[in-house]
Amino acid sequence: MTSGPRRAVITGVGAVAPGGIGRDAYWDLLTAGRTATRRISLFDPAGFRSQVAAECDFDPLAAGLTPQEIRRMDRAGQFAVVAAREAVADSGIDLPGADPERVGVSIGSAVGCTMGLEEEYAVLSDGGRDWLVDHSYGVPHLYGYMVPSTLAVEVARQAGAEGPVALISTGCTSGLDAIGHGVQLIEEGSADIVLAGATDAPLSPITSACFDAIKATTAHNDDPEHASRPFDGRRDGFVLGEGSAVMVIEELESARRRGATVYAEILGFAGRSNAFHMTGLKPDGREMAEAVRVALDRARLDPDGIDYINAHGSGTKQNDRHETAAFKRSLGQRAHEVPVSSIKSMIGHSLGAIGSLEIAACALALRHQVVPPTANLSTPDPECDLDYVPVTAREHRMDRVLSVGSGFGGFQTAMVLGRPALAHGEAA
Amino acid sequence: MPEFTLDDVRRILRASGGVDEQTDLDGEHFADTAFADLGYDSLALLELVNRIEREYGIQIPDGDLAHTQTPGEALAYVRARLTEARV
Amino acid sequence: MSASGIRPGRRGRSVVTGLGVVAPTGIGAARHWESVLSGKSGLGRITRFDPTGYPVRVAGEVPGFHAREQVPGRLVPQTDRFTHFALAAAQDALADAAADPATLPEYEMAVVTASSSGGTEFGQHEMENLYQKGSSWVGAYQSIAWFYAATTGQVSIRHGMRGPCGVICGEQAGGLDALGQSRRLLDTGSRLVLSGGTDASLCPYGLVAQLSTGRLSTEDDPARAYLPFDAAASGFVPGEGGAMLVVESAEAAHARGVPAYGELLGYAAGFDPTADATPKLPATDTAAGPATAHDGTRLPVADGTAAQPPAPNRPTARRSVLVSVIRRALADAGLAPGEVDMVFADASGTPADDLAEARALTEVFGPGGVPVTAPKTLTGRLYAGGAALDVATALLALSAGVVPHTAGLGRPAPGCEIDLVLDRPRQTDPRTALVLARGHGGFTSALVVGAGDRDALRR
Repeated sequence: MTSGPRRAVITGVGAVAPGGIGRDAYWDLLTAGRTATRRISLFDPAGFRSQVAAECDFDPLAAGLTPQEIRRMDRAGQFAVVAAREAVADSGIDLPGADPERVGVSIGSAVGCTMGLEEEYAVLSDGGRDWLVDHSYGVPHLYGYMVPSTLAVEVARQAGAEGPVALISTGCTSGLDAIGHGVQLIEEGSADIVLAGATDAPLSPITSACFDAIKATTAHNDDPEHASRPFDGRRDGFVLGEGSAVMVIEELESARRRGATVYAEILGFAGRSNAFHMTGLKPDGREMAEAVRVALDRARLDPDGIDYINAHGSGTKQNDRHETAAFKRSLGQRAHEVPVSSIKSMIGHSLGAIGSLEIAACALALRHQVVPPTANLSTPDPECDLDYVPVTAREHRMDRVLSVGSGFGGFQTAMVLGRPALAHGEAA
Repeated sequence: MPEFTLDDVRRILRASGGVDEQTDLDGEHFADTAFADLGYDSLALLELVNRIEREYGIQIPDGDLAHTQTPGEALAYVRARLTEARV
Repeated sequence: MSASGIRPGRRGRSVVTGLGVVAPTGIGAARHWESVLSGKSGLGRITRFDPTGYPVRVAGEVPGFHAREQVPGRLVPQTDRFTHFALAAAQDALADAAADPATLPEYEMAVVTASSSGGTEFGQHEMENLYQKGSSWVGAYQSIAWFYAATTGQVSIRHGMRGPCGVICGEQAGGLDALGQSRRLLDTGSRLVLSGGTDASLCPYGLVAQLSTGRLSTEDDPARAYLPFDAAASGFVPGEGGAMLVVESAEAAHARGVPAYGELLGYAAGFDPTADATPKLPATDTAAGPATAHDGTRLPVADGTAAQPPAPNRPTARRSVLVSVIRRALADAGLAPGEVDMVFADASGTPADDLAEARALTEVFGPGGVPVTAPKTLTGRLYAGGAALDVATALLALSAGVVPHTAGLGRPAPGCEIDLVLDRPRQTDPRTALVLARGHGGFTSALVVGAGDRDALRR
């Protein structure tokens, strides 16, 4: 038997990302500093304010899905299932041999199966003509598109899970919050194994239009490869993305017993809300700083214990300023010493999914001891004056890393990951 | 080309941003009261811009109207754009 | 302290000090409770749009809800009806709990809601704008009204709650999961959590999406449309509304000097991979004509062939996930089956699911071993709001010392060996209740509540 609190570790990683299907391709993209942003091809973006996105070159058949799975699942579901399968294979865990009641699922998504929901709406309403949509045109799984919980159901069925299953939907912090929820399930003893991650496939007209309406997305349509510019003086909004990462999270002792290779331990996690505005951020970064402070406290670390910050770095004017202030407020001098980078510069902002892709990147960064860069960062912004690792990946000794997220609704989340050999507060 | 009056600002604000019980859009100081003091946030102003653009067929560059602080300033700005559009 | 903030030692006590209800049975907990006791149904023909052309025409609509009276004026055009409901219910719950958020530590208050389908009606309007007029006609508020987190965000802003807010989607089980999460937050540094859920998907696209599950009743008579555990069960009736609850640590409630309706004693959640894979209702709809699509595919209205993910291959005589979840919730509460005084059933209205639930209850409690009730026959199933409302009803029942009845049922379905409370409430002074909820796809949750010291409802 173990003594002390139960601890949660990442033992498997799966990713479906723009520019890289699969964990290795994803890491190659990040470390090469390549950008996967381009003119939207999934629909005709003519007439939209923002016409750029980071799209996945995803072939569901090639990714191993069956024709019925492809018909049944919305693109977001397809991403999640493919990522989950890769994570399980990567972890080497024998899921069919596990007690199904001790297997849980926690999947995040900001907008659920929007793409399927919108495509079906267009048909059932006959191109928006009919308010009284025609039910006789509905596909059998239409309701599965209406409720985002479908995404967790699909992963749970893949895993044979009969333990707690949840879909967490806290806007753009969904990914971090879903992983945090999975960690909590393990720590409190509700599960020993949790498939945790997030998925979103928001590249459809309605999502693009709603971000157009609030001018949150970039208008750099003439230069898509360089449109996502976190912390850069010429940034003018985020670039929509899509994708999914799912991780196998296990209770540390049982992972050790089966000889699992551990990527990282989740050392601390905390969420706060700004209760200020659904989309607006105060420049002082106060509530994000509080989330970081509590996450560090739970990890029993002081700011000097953090070796890298994976930033939210969405590339909107207000976010990057807000976040920079939050790092200074919570970490003090350490904020100026550690490398900070935003992988959204390369893979865009996939809303709820991005947090899971960022945690996957953190796990890989800890394993490879390489910091992914912030691409397209060439024009200084006096308000963003930290070390953002511009353009080129950097070899860097890291024991513990911090990842943060910020989302519509006011959600602010912080998570601290550590190399597997290190426990809470142990010296590096 | 339609005229654009303070009543139009009032009407579009009501429709797009709603009205608070405490807010008096018909008060004599409406034109000079800051949007924030009337209870309208950045999203309400974006929606105001979107609706003016659609209704009056003009383009308002990003951020232009967001920099106006009051209905009176917004009125003057939109009138200037409408005049530009006429010539 | 652990990574998620769990401190060593026993779990703290979580009590419910305030209720806010917006439901087909009435606005406000008191009106809802009167309807429950008198068996007054809120079901009727759909009025929010013309349902004539659809095979399902009966629903539970919230009567007399005028957003302009219940919700701050500026928020009305910015938010969907499901958020209107939650804003109204949250305000009522806080008032009921005599809690003034301005006097409490901002980071120790949080909002956790269940969401099922988000701002469905708002979204349909904006998609209509997009497809009929063009992308520039989609309004600025679509970005904050449609998504599943809209309600939590707005409620947290309105009441200045800056703690670890959240949104859990487990379809119709989500309400219990949100309340389960509120207990976790109270154990990790929060003192007051506004929790629960609301739903308002009674717009054409919302209803049509629900049709595809094949679980909705096509019965036109509101009194005959939702009869769970009954021989005449024909599916369920959709509804709108829900409940918000003020959940506090017992210490915080004590410090404020307020009584509690009751305590959240235990919670468990699981996933049933066989859900929705079993044959469901026989085809019953003839009134609306055959729902045959023009391309030859058939919409599975009430015929049980809705496409579902295949269940993994497992032995047929498998253990019941529901039984396991009930037992885990009881263990979490530290209660033996004999100590449960009433069960608020999930009561899906689908014969196979009703039978499975009845058998699970019999397995845990013995045949007729515990009074079982389903006041939700008065409201229909409220999706994200349903389980939260059931918990509110259970707490009201504990406060009143009454087991409310399930109105409108006639002849029990064969094989359901449960003590269903029919015809009239039972004045048996229950001290504990088990609330069950199942969500589309396999979500299975159970919450155990115990009586508190707020007894104003006692007669």
